[in-house]
Amino acid sequence: MTVKELMDLHLYELVNEGENTDREISTPYCCDLLSIAMSSAPEGGIWFTVMANLNTLAVAALTETACIVLAHNASLDEGALAKAKSEGITVFRTELPVFDAAVLFYERVKNASV
Amino acid sequence: MSSSLRFEYQVSGEDFTRAGEASSDIKHKLKQMGVNPTAVRKVAIAMYEGEINMVIHGGGGEILVDILPDKIVMDLIDHGPGIADIDLAMQEGYSTAPDQIRSLGFGAGMGLPNMKKYSDEMDIFSTVGEGTTVHMVVNF
Ligand SMILES: Nc1ncnc2c1ncn2[C@@H]1O[C@H](COP(=O)(O)OP(=O)(O)OP(=O)(O)O)[C@@H](O)[C@H]1O
Ligand SMILES: [Mg+2]
Repeated sequence: MTVKELMDLHLYELVNEGENTDREISTPYCCDLLSIAMSSAPEGGIWFTVMANLNTLAVAALTETACIVLAHNASLDEGALAKAKSEGITVFRTELPVFDAAVLFYERVKNASV
Repeated sequence: MSSSLRFEYQVSGEDFTRAGEASSDIKHKLKQMGVNPTAVRKVAIAMYEGEINMVIHGGGGEILVDILPDKIVMDLIDHGPGIADIDLAMQEGYSTAPDQIRSLGFGAGMGLPNMKKYSDEMDIFSTVGEGTTVHMVVNF
C-alpha cells in the first residue's frame, strides 16, 4: 500500500500530507523511544508512536520512514508541524492506542494482498 | 570528489527545535554526493545520536565534519560536565537523562551504543568539568 492509498482509506485523521505519497509503505513499526527507533525503524516504514515532538520527525526523516501515525490522539505542536512540512513527512493521528492502530493497518494490508 | 570537504556546525545547548539539523544537513550532502545508502544511514544515526547528546548532556558545542573520498570523519566537541565513567556510559540502557528529557522520548541509554555500532571507529575523550569530544569515522 502506498501512503496515498492509506490517506484515501481514511483509517486515521490526516495531520500533514508530505511529499512522495506514491511511496510504497514497507513495514509497520511501533516504538516510543527515539534512540531505539533511530537504529531500528525500517526504511519506508509506517511508524506508530505516542511521541509527537520535533525529535520524532527528525528521527523519521533520518530513517526515511514513509509516514507516522500518532496514537492516543497525540498531537504535534506548532514547531513539530512546521518540521513535518519542511521535511515533507506525512503524519496521521488516531485516538486508538498504538497496538490497535497498527493492527488496523496490518489487517488492511493483509486482506489487500490475499 | 578528490579533495576533502570540511563543514562546521554550532550546536545549541538549549534549542531543541534545532537538534538534528547538523546531521540532516550532512545526510543530504552525502546523498547528493552519491555516497552509498548504507553508509549514509550509518552516518545519519551516529551523528544524530552524538548531536542530541551534545544538546541534552553536553550543553551544546560544535561539530567538525571532514568528508574524504573514502570516509567521513566527525568530531563532536562540547564543554559540558564530561563523562566520569565512559565504560558505564557506553552500556546499553545506562542513562542519566532527567524526566523532562525522557518525556520527549530520549533516555533509552542507546545513543552511545548506537554510535559505536554504526561508526567504523569511535573514540571518546572526556574530562569531568571540562567537556567531551567524540571522534567518529564511517567508511564509505
Ligand atoms: N556529551 C556528553 N556529555 C556528558 N555526558 C554524556 C554525553 N553523552 C553521553 N553522556 C552520558 O552518557 C549517558 C548515556 O548516553 P546515551 O546516549 O547512550 O543515552 P541517553 O542519551 O541517556 O539516552 P538515549 O540516547 O537512548 O536517548 C547519558 O545519559 C549521559 O549520562
Ligand atoms: Mg543519547
